[in-house]
Amino acid sequence: MRESSLWFWHIIAGAVIFVFLGLHMFIMHLESILGFLGLGYGGDVTSAQSVFMRSQQGFFMVTYIILLGAALYHGLYGFRNILFELSLSRTWEKIINWFFALGGLALFVYGTYVAVFIFLNPAAV
Amino acid sequence: MSETSAPEVQSSDLKVIKNVTFEILRYNPEKDEAPRMQEFQVPVIKGMTVLDGLLWIKENLDSSLAYRSSCRMGVCGSCGMFINGLPRLACNNQIMHLEADTITIKPLPNYNIIRDLVPDLEGFFDKHKSIQPYMIREQVEELDNPTGEFFQSPDELVDYIQFAYCIKCGLCLSACPTVATDDNFIGPQALAQAYRYNADSRDEGAKEREEELYSSHGVWRCHFAGACSDVCPKGVDPAFAIQLLKQDMFMQKLHVHKQKPATHIIPWAAEHVPNEKIPKAPERTVK
Repeated sequence: MRESSLWFWHIIAGAVIFVFLGLHMFIMHLESILGFLGLGYGGDVTSAQSVFMRSQQGFFMVTYIILLGAALYHGLYGFRNILFELSLSRTWEKIINWFFALGGLALFVYGTYVAVFIFLNPAAV
Repeated sequence: MSETSAPEVQSSDLKVIKNVTFEILRYNPEKDEAPRMQEFQVPVIKGMTVLDGLLWIKENLDSSLAYRSSCRMGVCGSCGMFINGLPRLACNNQIMHLEADTITIKPLPNYNIIRDLVPDLEGFFDKHKSIQPYMIREQVEELDNPTGEFFQSPDELVDYIQFAYCIKCGLCLSACPTVATDDNFIGPQALAQAYRYNADSRDEGAKEREEELYSSHGVWRCHFAGACSDVCPKGVDPAFAIQLLKQDMFMQKLHVHKQKPATHIIPWAAEHVPNEKIPKAPERTVK
């Protein structure tokens, strides 16, 4: 049943990625449409200045953290499943579980720290 | 009274159409270091199946050739083999329909070889047994000492009937890419049978099967390649059954799982009263 819960969140994470990655693609590659709707930032959306400007907005900080968490969980759980199909021993399965859980958590904490730091310290960039 | 006789065999039916080369994997673990291929020339007549070819080889060329077969009509599931690159039943495939001058026959992939074309199906049946492929009821007393029969409507039968056609030939496991890498994967046959019983309105064993079905080598390992459904000689769709099991669990997690209504018991009739409108059967002629 633990595996079912992990899989359930894997699917939910996939749906979250679909929404937030879609949002990212929309903002980054369809800026002309956003501009037409009066939602554009003006200028080059891929420039460093534009990226910093977005990072200092609460909405983007939250979406970055959600997308980071969903992408890390979805990707690492998927990779873990691929490794599990190699007929590993129970010991190796446990090692892989802990490695991905702790590695994923560390990356999530680090990514969240960066997103929050930039949001709280606009002068730093 | 009309007389019936066997249809007359036309001499043209027994005419050899062509010679086909059977390239067969031979392996006797007690003698051979490694499997090897051996060729046989088989004269083919109309309607001859691959199994007929193997029987002909065993009777006329090499009596040491080992393979399993029984019913010769695609019912028992014994003669599963890897024929011209696909897992098939040897009795269910006519040589001429393969449209090849050479027929390569190997034992089913993803199984150990006992000898020649005989795969070791022990692991396959262990997996089958692990999902408890039988009716589980909470009222054990009713199963031991039935007071009636469990009601099932035609619609409820449709929910699982296609999965009940499984003949346990093992072709689906030999075609499955996940089984090829993960020995512990339960496999499409057992999973489809688990769904067959879970979906049966008379069964109450879904909870008991959960631990095995949703383990780290259960339904979630299926990539939905669909190879199992492609090769099934009975038209069972194990890949679909696995997706339905996944869907069941997902809905359960969302708390929107539709509960199966409990089936009721129809008591035995106290006394059999024959319908007067139905004429009586004639007396037995053989006693």
